[in-house]
Amino acid sequence: MLSFKLEARPEASRTMSYLSPLIAVVLTMLGGLLLFSALGKDPLEGFQVFFLNPMRSWYGVSELLLKAVPLMLIAVGLAIGFRANVWNIGAEGQFILGACAATGAALLLEDVSGPQVLLAMIVAGALGGAAWAAIPAFLRTRFNANEILVSLMLVYVAQLLVSWLVFGPWMDPDGFNFPQSKMFSDSALLPMLVEGTRLNLAFVMALGVLVVGYVFMHRSYLGFKMRVAGEAADAARYAGFSAKRMVWFGMLAGGVCAGLAGMAEVAGPMGQLTDKVASGYGFAAIIVAFVGRLNPIGIFFASLLMALLFLGGEQAQLYMSLPASISKVFQGMLLFFLLGSDLFINYRLRMRRTLAKAGA
Amino acid sequence: MEQSLFTSMLFATLVAGTPLIIVALGELITEKSGVLNLGAEGTMAMGAVAGFAATHYTGNPYLGVLAGMTAGALMSLLFGLLTLTLMANQVASGLALTIFGVGLSAFIGKPFESLTLQAVPAIRIPLLADIPYIGPALFNQQSLVYFSWALLGGVIWFLYKSRAGLILRAVGESPSSAHSIGYSVIGIRYLATTFGGAMSGIGGAFLSVFYTPLWVEGMVSGRGWIALALVVFATWRPLRVMAGAYLFGGVMISQLFIQGSGLQIEVPSQLLSALPYLATIIVLVLISRNQQTIRLNSPMSLGQPYRPDA
Repeated sequence: MLSFKLEARPEASRTMSYLSPLIAVVLTMLGGLLLFSALGKDPLEGFQVFFLNPMRSWYGVSELLLKAVPLMLIAVGLAIGFRANVWNIGAEGQFILGACAATGAALLLEDVSGPQVLLAMIVAGALGGAAWAAIPAFLRTRFNANEILVSLMLVYVAQLLVSWLVFGPWMDPDGFNFPQSKMFSDSALLPMLVEGTRLNLAFVMALGVLVVGYVFMHRSYLGFKMRVAGEAADAARYAGFSAKRMVWFGMLAGGVCAGLAGMAEVAGPMGQLTDKVASGYGFAAIIVAFVGRLNPIGIFFASLLMALLFLGGEQAQLYMSLPASISKVFQGMLLFFLLGSDLFINYRLRMRRTLAKAGA
Repeated sequence: MEQSLFTSMLFATLVAGTPLIIVALGELITEKSGVLNLGAEGTMAMGAVAGFAATHYTGNPYLGVLAGMTAGALMSLLFGLLTLTLMANQVASGLALTIFGVGLSAFIGKPFESLTLQAVPAIRIPLLADIPYIGPALFNQQSLVYFSWALLGGVIWFLYKSRAGLILRAVGESPSSAHSIGYSVIGIRYLATTFGGAMSGIGGAFLSVFYTPLWVEGMVSGRGWIALALVVFATWRPLRVMAGAYLFGGVMISQLFIQGSGLQIEVPSQLLSALPYLATIIVLVLISRNQQTIRLNSPMSLGQPYRPDA
């Protein structure tokens, strides 16, 4: 009789940790085929619409990169915290605050033209996100309050704050009462990289942040300390690494990056602030960080994949009359499959030939 | 205060607190076994959409509750499969469950978005409902309000008076000892997790079938997370869960009463809507301030995977 037994590996498998996201992607696609047939759609057509259509043209590819920008920005910041077991789950709120702060700067400097407007917006966005992340960091380090719950509660508060702003003081007087700010002036918009597309300078900024993130994680002492704290908390304590500093740094890194992403959204594709500014990037970026193995290079590819899921959902809505929320179903599946296949990083299956028990 | 206003505020507070009690008590049992399931928000969303759909098709709100409960239990089994069988990280898996549940419920619920259900009539308990002031609020209530009280009694009895509850707590405090005297840690954790998921599902169904008989994407609006915070706030004690839930229920309905009171208060409605979330943060800070309280009361093995050395 054949039986399988789970056996602990002597040490974690590096190969598996890189293979696991690929397995998860394949399983998610297979799951997608099943989902489409369960919905009574032609699975191959569904697959094509969802995964291939978005990349049919150069314009499609540029849209993919555009969508990937906020995801990779946020995910790198979160990964820095996650590596040290600092669970910042409120990037969605920090994104919103970054967007609000950048909008504030844009509205304040409405009559100014020149690159200093964008510069001010970038600083404001980063500070806005950082300020929102500083609340859970402070409450965690000072009062021991769980950062997961606090940062999450602040997402709801941020959503209400942006709603108040665009329904109230910042509402465009000529906007027919739509909940949105004035359109930004040209100086407050990120310049385009490629003519005829919406891909803008934020893409370069995101790549820069990826590089900075990589250098920080792999080449800096603080980055090293944070990794130790995440992988062996006792060792970090014994070495005298300050846990508080890591919470602060982990939270702020996430906040700054999410704030930058929020700035890039209002100064990029949106061109104004609306109450729908955050469309789940902050939560999707959590998945991106995990699928990218908390590593900037991995995060780059994972954010492209996640952007594809976002665009695929839009395509499925257009061409197959499926709700766009189908992309969230795919996002959830991807993370499930990843977490499941991660088992094989630390364990392996052993096949055994055993004698059937008497009487069995 | 005039009787009708007091009574209707009390009534509304109890109703608003009920889903929190049900979900938080379920999560309490899960956490007592050492499992931290952060998926309550997504599980509630699934319970809400399943409950709405079943009630819409059958016309029976209790079949809706049953459907919500089943959906919640299935969601938590998925969580169990990941964290208990495949030993995945509980925090990440709980987040995955929430993202998945919120997304899938939005997807499934699309066709139901413009529909409403018939309001479920309250159940009046004779005599008790005639008590002035509190009677009409306490004893002319939705059936699930009574259910939440029964659940509280049941959970207290189970945890502190029954043998099974003792075993459950042992599994949460010291899984290896529980294993060494012959109990299946993983099996017991599966049961506790499934119970928690089922309760989250009922809490979700309460929202979409009884509380506001309709389905809107995102209608759970953080109640799952607030329930998780309540368990910490209550320092893992059932009676305090109920007290906390009614406190939050009161905060949640206060905005409706301020807005409807005709008092000309110049406060943006968004600030009032933010009160429950701000209140959650404040109570978390107050209770967590003393690290000892948390350390002494939280189950020792909370959030840690267990694998028997077979």
